[in-house]
Amino acid sequence: MIYLNCAATSRQRPACVGEAVMRAMGACGSYGRGAGSADLDAARMVFSTREKLARILGFSHPDRVCFTSGATAALNTAIRGLPRIHGRVIATAWDHNAVLRPLARLADERDVRVDLVPADGGGGIDREALASLLGEPADFLVCTHASNVTGMVCDAAGIIALAHGKGVPVVLDAAQTAGCLPFSMEGLGADVVCVTGHKALMGPTGTGAILVAPGIDLAPLVEGGTGVRSAEPRQPDVWPERLEAGTLNIHGIAGLGAALEWLAEMGVERIHAREQVLLERFLAGTDGIEGLERYGSFGGTHGAIVSLNLRGRDAYELADMLCEDYGISTRAGLHCAPRMHGALGTRSRGAVRFSFGWFTSEDDIDASCAALREIAGL
Amino acid sequence: MAHAREHSLLVTFASTHDALAAEKTLGGQGIEGRLIPTPTTVSSECGLAWRSPASFKDALAQALAGLAYEDLFDMERC
Repeated sequence: MIYLNCAATSRQRPACVGEAVMRAMGACGSYGRGAGSADLDAARMVFSTREKLARILGFSHPDRVCFTSGATAALNTAIRGLPRIHGRVIATAWDHNAVLRPLARLADERDVRVDLVPADGGGGIDREALASLLGEPADFLVCTHASNVTGMVCDAAGIIALAHGKGVPVVLDAAQTAGCLPFSMEGLGADVVCVTGHKALMGPTGTGAILVAPGIDLAPLVEGGTGVRSAEPRQPDVWPERLEAGTLNIHGIAGLGAALEWLAEMGVERIHAREQVLLERFLAGTDGIEGLERYGSFGGTHGAIVSLNLRGRDAYELADMLCEDYGISTRAGLHCAPRMHGALGTRSRGAVRFSFGWFTSEDDIDASCAALREIAGL
Repeated sequence: MAHAREHSLLVTFASTHDALAAEKTLGGQGIEGRLIPTPTTVSSECGLAWRSPASFKDALAQALAGLAYEDLFDMERC
């Protein structure tokens, strides 16, 4: 089986990840719920994983790295928890349903106005429209770092500077960039960064984090036990416990810690460079296939994602043929990003997404290009 | 097993993270001690505290200057 659905999850992970999960299951106690050796071992492991994650994402406040079950939980926490003074939030057409749906609920239940920055003709974020929308006061802007449909990477630093110029804090959805695109939260100036652990960070599913810059007030989405300040009736205002009610996913975090160590050794720059080679090979290999349409533009910084359609084939049919006849796993549909597909003109038909990762081989790319050529000729 | 009660120093923290950060730093500086459950005699708020022998008083006070902690107690019996 050839797995070209790495934007969904990293099916293949370094062996150290699974080993760390198994070790933790056999040895680790709980985080912050005791001072026995097994509990302290767990606590030290979580502490060290926070430091590793902060380091790899260019953030100098590991105490403000709060673990979540994934990017979705992190984004919900940000969207529900940031202060709302103006009753207005800005998002973009690139955003995933993990952003769009909590915003839609805010609009319904809290009377918050949500304005969406449209995509431009090339599938990019329309900067003129963004500047215009920032002309009115807004509580925050949610910005997707890389589209999970086109793979295009936005100019996050420029967008954040623009928003900050108007006093608007920015939540960066880095689900598709953390671990495969070198960037620094502090370099970009992001106020909140949301990541998942199981994509390019190579950790287990059920892991993720929200990184909250100092000075940003963020109310917890979930309240409960924290292991500290237990007599207080409300969620304590200390980090990271403020956003970590309940028992942490110790086993998952152990796997994520091992993955981060592997990533640090490998180097995110090297992984990005490798993925660019794979992307270029796929683009060259699919050039000239009759009836094949690729979405977005490929000139700038780009993730290893290509969405396409073949004329005369339903996206679901194409993905099923690739799977059944060639053993190639892709993903068909709207990719939980209906606005992006709306901007690309594929809202009704969807597209087939090919996405690559560190463990994708050149042979995998060549096989998928050959399969597309063959199907196009049928 | 006999449990000797000795004169010791106790540091309390606002969060588990701060306690672990202190353990890393203090251990790295050769300050003897370990994390223990916070004694109810100093706080009813749960969590972890750092306990060091009283002989480390000066070194501990100096090291704590760069750390996030709540209180430093000089405990007759802990």
